[in-house]
Amino acid sequence: MNETFYDVMRRQGITRRSFLKFCSLTAASLGLSPAFAPKIAHAMETKPRIPVLWLHGLECTCCSESFIRSGHPLAKDVILSMLSLDYDDTIMAAAGHNAEAIVDEIVEKYKGNYILAVEGNPPLAEDGMYCIIGGTPFVEQLKYAAESCKAIISWGSCASWGCVQAAKPNPTRATPVHKVPGLADKPIIKVPGCPPIAEVMTAVVAYLLTFDKLPTLDKQGRPQMFYSQRIHDKCYRRPHFDAGQFVEHWDDEAARQGHCLYKMGCKGPTTYNACSTMRWNEGTSFPIQAGHGCIGCSEDGFWDKGSFYERLTDINQFGIEANADAVGGTAAAVVGAGIAAHAGLTALKRAKQSGAEQQ
Amino acid sequence: MTVRNTPNGFNLNDTGRRVVVDPVTRIEGHMRCEVNIDDDNIIRNAISSGTMWRGLEVILKGRDPRDAWAFVQRICGVCTGTHALTSVRAVEDALKIRIPENANSIRNLMQLSLQVQDHLVHFYHLHALDWVNPVNALKADPAATSALQQSISPHNPKSSPGYFRDTQNRLLKFVESGQLGPFKNGYWTNPAYLLPPEADLMAVTHYLEALDFQKDIMKIRTIFGGKDPHPNWLVGGVPCAINIDGIGANGAINMERLNLVSSIIDRTIAFIDQVYIPDLLAIAQFYKGWLYGGGISGQSLLSYGDIPNNANDYSAANLLMPRGAIINGDLSKVHEVDLADPEQIQEFVPHSWYKYPDESLGLHPWDGVTEPNYRIGPKTKGSRTHIEELDESAKYSWIKAPRWRGHAMEVGPLARYVIGYAQGNKEITEQINFVLKTLDVPVTALFSTLGRTAARGLEAQWAAGKMRYFMDKMIANIKAGDLATANVERWDPETWPSSVKGVGFTEAPRGALGHWLKIENTKIANYQCVVPTTWNGSPRDEQGNIGAFEAALMNTKVERPEEPVEILRTLHSFDPCLACSTHIISPEGTELTQVKVR
Repeated sequence: MNETFYDVMRRQGITRRSFLKFCSLTAASLGLSPAFAPKIAHAMETKPRIPVLWLHGLECTCCSESFIRSGHPLAKDVILSMLSLDYDDTIMAAAGHNAEAIVDEIVEKYKGNYILAVEGNPPLAEDGMYCIIGGTPFVEQLKYAAESCKAIISWGSCASWGCVQAAKPNPTRATPVHKVPGLADKPIIKVPGCPPIAEVMTAVVAYLLTFDKLPTLDKQGRPQMFYSQRIHDKCYRRPHFDAGQFVEHWDDEAARQGHCLYKMGCKGPTTYNACSTMRWNEGTSFPIQAGHGCIGCSEDGFWDKGSFYERLTDINQFGIEANADAVGGTAAAVVGAGIAAHAGLTALKRAKQSGAEQQ
Repeated sequence: MTVRNTPNGFNLNDTGRRVVVDPVTRIEGHMRCEVNIDDDNIIRNAISSGTMWRGLEVILKGRDPRDAWAFVQRICGVCTGTHALTSVRAVEDALKIRIPENANSIRNLMQLSLQVQDHLVHFYHLHALDWVNPVNALKADPAATSALQQSISPHNPKSSPGYFRDTQNRLLKFVESGQLGPFKNGYWTNPAYLLPPEADLMAVTHYLEALDFQKDIMKIRTIFGGKDPHPNWLVGGVPCAINIDGIGANGAINMERLNLVSSIIDRTIAFIDQVYIPDLLAIAQFYKGWLYGGGISGQSLLSYGDIPNNANDYSAANLLMPRGAIINGDLSKVHEVDLADPEQIQEFVPHSWYKYPDESLGLHPWDGVTEPNYRIGPKTKGSRTHIEELDESAKYSWIKAPRWRGHAMEVGPLARYVIGYAQGNKEITEQINFVLKTLDVPVTALFSTLGRTAARGLEAQWAAGKMRYFMDKMIANIKAGDLATANVERWDPETWPSSVKGVGFTEAPRGALGHWLKIENTKIANYQCVVPTTWNGSPRDEQGNIGAFEAALMNTKVERPEEPVEILRTLHSFDPCLACSTHIISPEGTELTQVKVR
């Protein structure tokens, strides 16, 4: 994951002796004295892990909790071996002045070379004092850390869109990271979800480290590798949707057979996320599989798009503009006719057979 | 104010040096703490300030009560689920909806798994670094560490010297890289750390094991609720359907799903018994002389109770987690608690950043008002947007001051355990007596930071055992032919009365949690939460009573004033959750909240 240059050379069969010769030659070619050879060797043997400042604004901490649910890689491996989580007030040992000093140190020492991860968002009302860190508004800590970072990750729907505290009427003027006035112009990766899937979060981190670049982002700034298809596109209950087999009431026979939850308000058709393929908690399950419709938690403004139990209208099935009732009825009729025909043929076959046997 | 005696028995003296800790880290949310210490480095004045507010109150007004659980679940992602459960209970109380037995068992399984995971993560990942020194672990002898492990937890298979040597080597490589990550700028030379290196290495090893294991516990919630954090819930039952051997069972909660839940329960019980409890007791052995942090735990304790044995019965007799109130330090009398009684629970705001029409009065949650009012006091050092020192004689926190019959109360595992002990609860009494005997300390040792920490561990162990109980109960119910998981008789708002009110409660990992709501013409007219950290993190009230955090810090000796190890150790023993302590209420009738948006 985080190979040093030395690791790479050893892997390619270069001996340590040759490696040290290489370092001497490098020193010479750089115009440095032979005394620099050991320094070059050390640097190439110990590549620093990229520092991360993980700041928290107005939030509920579900993004951090999701992160530590990751099965691959494990959170402990991310923190011990992949990156350097230098500031994260949920798990760091230091508090108060000792903690704030770390932000100053990283901003200074790693200018342009650290990642700023943001969970939650800054409130702009009341001069920002609805979220106070070190006696000052969180928005100031955010802008300060953003100035010299390499890139920003907006964890979750709070940082990406605003989420619950920004639901109408947004009393604190909670503002997503990309809309914070005066924020430095840095690349921002939005990883929405309330929270995002654990393995999506660690995959975004791993992508940055493995390929040393940002993943391709869609028009909304989300990694297209996980956010370019809807829950609906990959949902395993889609055949039931297509066949017009819907749950009508909680715990009805259709629920007990795992039929489509569209009529129970599922927002799968309008929600972009990886839940129906990757699923949750190391692939254990996901909301629809456990019987509740998708609430659309990775979409902008999902709290204000009507009740979670109101069905979406104007969803196309078979390319027809019709609502589920009409389509359900049609589909059932078509399927029913098909079954009747099939049954009829079988009956005919049996009659022929028994007729043949009787003869 | 130089010296003041508080009605709840503390002598506040603000003349000594002021120490500020902001941010308080390893909590949920944002908090600031200020103390005054005297010339002997003893804390003589303490201030707890909530430094965040999201204003969810108006957000809920006018919405469908069946959606409320999803909104309020996002009050907190650490105690994820407990607010949602409280909410569906409040709506069911208002609409008189009864849930099926299986739904009760599944809800209990989800709540109990939260208790276990939350306490486990709290002990290792939020609290341990106040007791354990990871840098000191580098000096440990792996063979001696192995011997220590085997003596305290003989059934734990992961105990070889090689195992501890591997962790030590990994830690060594990490430290030698010069990039200390979460350990950076820690207080590693502070004499407040008392463990020998072998205990430190053992604890650090288990910190990593617990980080790996906690994610597996939560899969129980993923199976029933679809995802964790923030699983799905349902007014009237649970959204998952059960189908054991009917057609299409592979699309519901079936034998395979139940097997997975069952195997996780077994592994959870083993982990708590073999790792968490032995570590807790081992660490306590070295710290049992450090009995600061009692605060008001010896005098004022409150719990609402939780984990209903049978569905739809929220009376004290049916709740497996105890309910009651103790005041004036009288353990012989456990008072009854009624969330609907306007004289019992009230919230005050004289020292909180809110405005009431009459701030000398406390308001019961059904009649509450929330109007934010960010005003710093005249003696504040600094400015409105750059606070250097708070003025505790004025408003100083985003947390309100809830009181029970006028008393500041402590809530949480210690409160539940002392109330249970006082009520003669057999399992709780047995656990407490075992700990007191093992550590050879009197019962008064419970009323301390260490006691609070021990109660949390014991509760995790209790909760794990109860998961097996409800799993067995649900299987027996299914065997008897009952597969129901939801009652939809009152799902349709057209079946609802035009004006109702209800209250729901749980015992969240951090303490007593209540939601009060009013429904008018099928929409939420009023919604309020009084949350554990609102109780514990409460500022002063009009009478001058200090809150539980503040009281627990009083009279604690600090080794090095510039290193707040002891302050963090005591605050963390409450497991603060500040997103939770944020007040949310929607005004009754007309909209009273006015927020100036600049």
